[in-house]
Amino acid sequence: MSGEEQSRTTQEEKRRRNWVPVWTLAPVSLWMVLFVAVPLLLVLMVSFTKRGTYGGIVYEFTLENYARFFDPLYFTVMSNSLLVALLTTVACILVGYPFAYIVARSPRRYRNLLLMLIIIPFWSSSLIRTYSWIVLLRTEGVINNVLLSAGLIHEPLALLYNLGAVIVGMTYTLFPFMVLPLYASIEKLDCSLLEAARDLGARPWQVFRRVTLPLTMPGITAGSLLVFIPTLGLFFISDLMGGSRTMMISNLIQNQFLTARNWPFGAALSVILMIMTLILIGLYLRSTGSKEKLEVV
Amino acid sequence: MDRRAMGTYVGAVYAALVYAFLYLPIGVLVALSFNNSRLNAVWQGFTLDWYRVLWHDRLILEAAKNTLIIGFTATIAATMVGTLAAVGMYRYHFRGKSVLDSMLYIPIVIPEIVLGIALLAFFALGKVPLGLWTLILAHITFCIPFVVIVVRARLAGFDQHLEEAAMDLGASPWQTFVKVTLPLIMPGVVAGALLAFTLSIDDVIISFFVAGPGSTTLPLKIYAMVKQGVTPTINALSSILLLVTLLVTVTAEAIRARAH
Repeated sequence: MSGEEQSRTTQEEKRRRNWVPVWTLAPVSLWMVLFVAVPLLLVLMVSFTKRGTYGGIVYEFTLENYARFFDPLYFTVMSNSLLVALLTTVACILVGYPFAYIVARSPRRYRNLLLMLIIIPFWSSSLIRTYSWIVLLRTEGVINNVLLSAGLIHEPLALLYNLGAVIVGMTYTLFPFMVLPLYASIEKLDCSLLEAARDLGARPWQVFRRVTLPLTMPGITAGSLLVFIPTLGLFFISDLMGGSRTMMISNLIQNQFLTARNWPFGAALSVILMIMTLILIGLYLRSTGSKEKLEVV
Repeated sequence: MDRRAMGTYVGAVYAALVYAFLYLPIGVLVALSFNNSRLNAVWQGFTLDWYRVLWHDRLILEAAKNTLIIGFTATIAATMVGTLAAVGMYRYHFRGKSVLDSMLYIPIVIPEIVLGIALLAFFALGKVPLGLWTLILAHITFCIPFVVIVVRARLAGFDQHLEEAAMDLGASPWQTFVKVTLPLIMPGVVAGALLAFTLSIDDVIISFFVAGPGSTTLPLKIYAMVKQGVTPTINALSSILLLVTLLVTVTAEAIRARAH
């Protein structure tokens, strides 16, 4: 084979190989543009339009949908949502941290099984898991029945339809999202560092505050993000377990699109929700400097 | 008992309590699906009546059929698109890669409700009637990113020389993909497909917005039923759905464990 011939074949080869990305990447690019980018841009557009008299959209530029958000009525809904998200995140950390620590420090041969037992509920339907708590908590529910027949109470307790119930439901649903990143960061923890701290005379609490906690902070932040954000969107939990006073932003959006038929306002609320999410993720990425840590699945 | 043994003991008890918190509610739900009582709280004896009721409910069977049609179609489409994308993105660096990357992350990180209403707005403004097709399109959309992530994780340990060797021996890109790349990443592809399937059959939020009259799915049916009140039939239906998810999860984990 002469040199010229060889260079031609390699060039041909190169062209042939470079052609590959087109058929591997074209479908996904088209799909994501058509069904993610375009719809999200449409929402952005609708959020600046006016509501028609019969619930349609009038294509006239306005900022009033965003102004409406600062109405005290809707502002309460927003602060309510943030409160629920915050309390859920704190509950997940408080229950999840010691738990993840115990699992990560358990004998190696059990560790995979223990981890698997955390992942299984994470794969099952969050609606069904929410429903299972309704079965337990409602007035004629299992917990009230047990307490009544044990003679501990004489009247059923109002366990459902309040803020506490919503937080229990959210915590139950999102718990694995907290435990998995915590587990990952605790398992990586170098035990010799803890021993060194102890040898230098640190008390158990000091070891935890000064060594363990800072080193596992990436797990806490990742877990908090993975819990906090979905809390804002899980409308069926507050819908089914909350009372009339625990309306969250997700319920408000759902209402605007289905019952109130005010799409422009609903769209503006969604844009606000999306911007909040992106800010949180941006802050997170800046604090860790990489994208990979978000992947716990 | 010394302090260390004491600590281990307390730890084990605490872990057991958390596992109880994770499994008891589901366990009670499944147990009550066999309970011979409408009241749904006190054990009255074993029955399969609630499962029989399901079997004779035309609307529930219809919803089950829809769920399976959507689940299978979305899984197949998302797995094909997602696998190709993972391979392409792993092998090539190109302009716009980070844009594509972000577009894949968006459906995972933003609250699902936002994608749900975005798709509703998209279909409504495009005059696409809501129904089975809009559900399928929506499900493919939220499944693709998960397939990409799972397959990419599998590709991380992939030896590119094998592909180059196949090409040097005269295989076309397509032949190389089918005969070399695909068999090597198969465990990842199957795991991705199973994840997509469970996501699809369990989805409530996005389906809620893009379902039309007469195209309800099982989770949407359960949602509507729970709003009406707690009944043993919901327990039975939920138990079946939990069993299906459990089987799929265990299969996926077994495949992953064997591949390692």
